[in-house]
Amino acid sequence: MLNIAVSIGEILPEPRPPPGPPAALWSRRAADSSPSALCSSGAPSGLQKAWKAIMTERPKLHYPNARGRMESVRWVLAAAGVEAYLPLMHEPLQCRAVAGPLPMTDWWKVSDTGNHLLFQQVPMVEIDGMKLVQTRSILHYIAEKHQLFGKDLKERTLIDMYVEGTLDLLELLIMHPFLKPDDQQREVVNMAQKAIIRYFPVFEKILRGHGQSFLVGNQLSLADVILLQTILALEEKIPNILSAFPFLQEYTVKISNIPTIKRFLEPGSKKKPPPDEIYVRTVYSIFMP
Amino acid sequence: MAGKPKLHYFNGRGRMESIRWLLAAAGVEFEEKCMKTREDLEKLRKDGVLMFQQVPMVEIDGMKLVQTRAIFNYIADKHNLYGKDIKERALIDMYTEGIVDLNELILTRPFLPPEEQEAKLAQIKDKAKNRYFPAFEKVLKSHGQDYLVGNKLSKADILLVELLYNVEELNPGATASFPLLQALKTRISNLPTVKKFLQPGSQRNPPDDEKCREEAKIIFH
Repeated sequence: MLNIAVSIGEILPEPRPPPGPPAALWSRRAADSSPSALCSSGAPSGLQKAWKAIMTERPKLHYPNARGRMESVRWVLAAAGVEAYLPLMHEPLQCRAVAGPLPMTDWWKVSDTGNHLLFQQVPMVEIDGMKLVQTRSILHYIAEKHQLFGKDLKERTLIDMYVEGTLDLLELLIMHPFLKPDDQQREVVNMAQKAIIRYFPVFEKILRGHGQSFLVGNQLSLADVILLQTILALEEKIPNILSAFPFLQEYTVKISNIPTIKRFLEPGSKKKPPPDEIYVRTVYSIFMP
Repeated sequence: MAGKPKLHYFNGRGRMESIRWLLAAAGVEFEEKCMKTREDLEKLRKDGVLMFQQVPMVEIDGMKLVQTRAIFNYIADKHNLYGKDIKERALIDMYTEGIVDLNELILTRPFLPPEEQEAKLAQIKDKAKNRYFPAFEKVLKSHGQDYLVGNKLSKADILLVELLYNVEELNPGATASFPLLQALKTRISNLPTVKKFLQPGSQRNPPDDEKCREEAKIIFH
């Protein structure tokens, strides 16, 4: 019932349409099911009310239309099977709408329309009545909410440690598009070395050690999601990067085949394509106009 | 319980100082195992006790914890400095991450080439005054409570006060136009455990200087 309401909701008129891309871009799932005669005027129907409730409950991700620091959040929401609403932020005007009226330094003085970014930065995720910023706090909240953070303090601590190490490696990928072209090739070599010498051996050893399908506690956790994200992103640049790590190869296949993750890896999901020139230009135009 | 936590690092503030603050504030006695040479670091690596070949590393409760944030979070959770539920934890995490972002500029500065340090100082002063201090002043103003989250001491308060001390060392009077931050600093500084840590002879390190930079260069190059 919930799924149907969600699909129906996306063909109803949006009360406050976000500026920018046409609705068709974010209502592509409307093709899945198309009950007729729902775009009515007058008092909101039960379905319209339900749709509105669902849309306001969905986490909203504020970020440019690209991977960047938000991609890990998309991964973990997808793995947890959570539908998110993505107001696209590829125009400076939209970004201002989120960050508040100019000047940026007075953002804390603004009441209603601005004032959404605690440290004037994105990612920002509206979720459960909060406007969360800072990637790690967002990841932790979603992980804990959806049982992806272990069953006790010790498991949680292991997951934390593994995630932190992996994020150090992922950081190299996130920053890579912004390096000077001459430095980019050298950095790919650096990433490969770090992955092969410092990080992959750790996780290979863990998987070999307990022989389980997941890194911690024999169940899917944030650590698995972030590691898979990082492995796949590295493979885009260095296709044979896992060649010396048989356990990680098997692990990558297994985790990728988890239904929620499998769906995220298919075309048409909320997973973003690799960063390109347009992404770099967009980021500069939004954040350093 | 395997005795006192052991902190593995070199003889300086660096990334370990915030951990010292948290442990001290929580009233936990700890030991320092200072690396002095490259061989000291290589030995730890060869012994397989540094998960990602890096320090800080803290031996605590039978674990060899690495990654600063994972260490913070374990100490905070263990000593009731992490809020009472998932939402409080989210706020504490969010505030901590902002604090860590600014503190990162501060703690890395002494290890920059001297000609880059001036520009970094200007950046620190600007970010503190225009981004971070206003954000936390506003949080405190919004609820009027003594602590950032849930009317109770958390890792966010301790790390924020450490940050305030750090910024003021570089820029005296930096908190002058932030009365609530000043009040928080006074309040936290007067907690018996923190008061002890702030006194001479404690395990608190002096600011990292040129000597630290040289030592770190030798050990980590």
